[in-house]
Amino acid sequence: MESPLFYREPEQMELPLKVRLETFEGPLDLLLYLIKKNEIDIYDIPISVITQQYLEYLEMMKNLNLDVAGEFLLMAATLLHIKSKMLLPDTGEEEGEKEEEDPRAELVRRLLEYQRFKEAAQQLVKGPLLDREVFVRSFFGDAPAGKEADEDLSGEVTLFDLLEVMKKVLEGLPAEEFQEISVEHLNIKDKILHIMERLWEVESLAFTELYTASTSRREIVVTFLALLELLRLRMIRVYQGESFGAIRVFSPVGPEEGRKTIEERIL
Amino acid sequence: MEDAQLKAVLEALVFVSETPLTLDRMKEVLGGVSKRDLQRLLAEMMEEDRKSDRGINLVEVAEGFQFRTRPEHADWIRRLKKTKSAALSQPGLETLAIIAYRQPVVRLDIEKIRGVDSGGVLRTLLEKKLIKIIGKKDVPGKPLVYGTSKKFLEVFGLRDLADLPTLKDLESLGPPSTEGVLPLEEEEREAGTEPPEEAPPAPDDYEEPSDEPSSEAPKDPL
Repeated sequence: MESPLFYREPEQMELPLKVRLETFEGPLDLLLYLIKKNEIDIYDIPISVITQQYLEYLEMMKNLNLDVAGEFLLMAATLLHIKSKMLLPDTGEEEGEKEEEDPRAELVRRLLEYQRFKEAAQQLVKGPLLDREVFVRSFFGDAPAGKEADEDLSGEVTLFDLLEVMKKVLEGLPAEEFQEISVEHLNIKDKILHIMERLWEVESLAFTELYTASTSRREIVVTFLALLELLRLRMIRVYQGESFGAIRVFSPVGPEEGRKTIEERIL
Repeated sequence: MEDAQLKAVLEALVFVSETPLTLDRMKEVLGGVSKRDLQRLLAEMMEEDRKSDRGINLVEVAEGFQFRTRPEHADWIRRLKKTKSAALSQPGLETLAIIAYRQPVVRLDIEKIRGVDSGGVLRTLLEKKLIKIIGKKDVPGKPLVYGTSKKFLEVFGLRDLADLPTLKDLESLGPPSTEGVLPLEEEEREAGTEPPEEAPPAPDDYEEPSDEPSSEAPKDPL
């Protein structure tokens, strides 16, 4: 029973935790993600389809209270601009000295350039990397295992993969019915504890298993935020067997250490 | 000293060095041994290691030489150390790749490519000492210029920057430019005596007199 002294509503209802995305991905990542997901030819992007999907993701990120960076909005504007340009009939025939450039050209150029560096990054981590495949003598003793502020959004899972699953879960919800109002006690810390307790029991869970059939929209959102927070604290790791396949969640942290971290790091 | 003796000394020197030991440093310590001899000996040592089954190999990395374990023993070592390798996040890796291939770069160059604020990622990379600030760009605002560090070469097992894998079409994105990069010391220098604006350019047809024996007879000026 929660003592009234610690009654935390209604602030908890406002989802006060804003998740900063600065170490997550940007709008170009989202576009490349959508292109890959839809198996689209990057040189011939169906701009209205992509724009629509892009805006859906943006909407979802806003609903989750993710601090959507200005760059995402700028890209949305760019997409809409390209879309409108493509709808316009060819004018400017009189001027006609040079062929009108495809309005998508600049965006494609940026995507390709970015993708090249993404590939470069993949090439670099093929290894053998120091402290992963090869080791040298350590002169000052080993640093405590993974205690440093290394962000580690590991596996091949991106934020957008998580959002995708989240979207599916939300879509699977029955239409909202208006019934009696019961104030739910949802707080991220409780959710985090709940998730971790389950993980410590079973070792690994499918992402979707974290949502039971009866969970409400609000609870889904809180669960998602709890997962992002756990990722940030490196208390869980997420893996995806194949592209767009099922996402599984593991915890590299034991119960004792984990509870301590939650106590110390999460308000 | 005999080759065998020298090799033993080199082995010892590399063994006690905290960071990859450079040829220059070896030469300094040993005196009297030419770089060419050192390179030959080191090459032989690396070859011997490769042929043997021993667990430690001499490796040329980060502009120097270092003893490293073999990749196939990674699992055993991880079991011993009980550490998880601290992987970089995807954005971190990408940013690192951009810096590696495009250095010297300023934050704006990186953000133009990534299309997203990169301040946080840069901070992490600096903390991990994979990149360093190499100067300030001589444009309004004097933004910081970033480049990869020696540790970057060490971590990714590269001999030097030329050892970076070449990537398709990466060249067509334009060569790296060192133009307008001020070294950090510049500020102190600026405070003191101003260097002359520009050295007078040498005329194109003027050739440095070279002491190389020319096989060709000097051309008749007429």
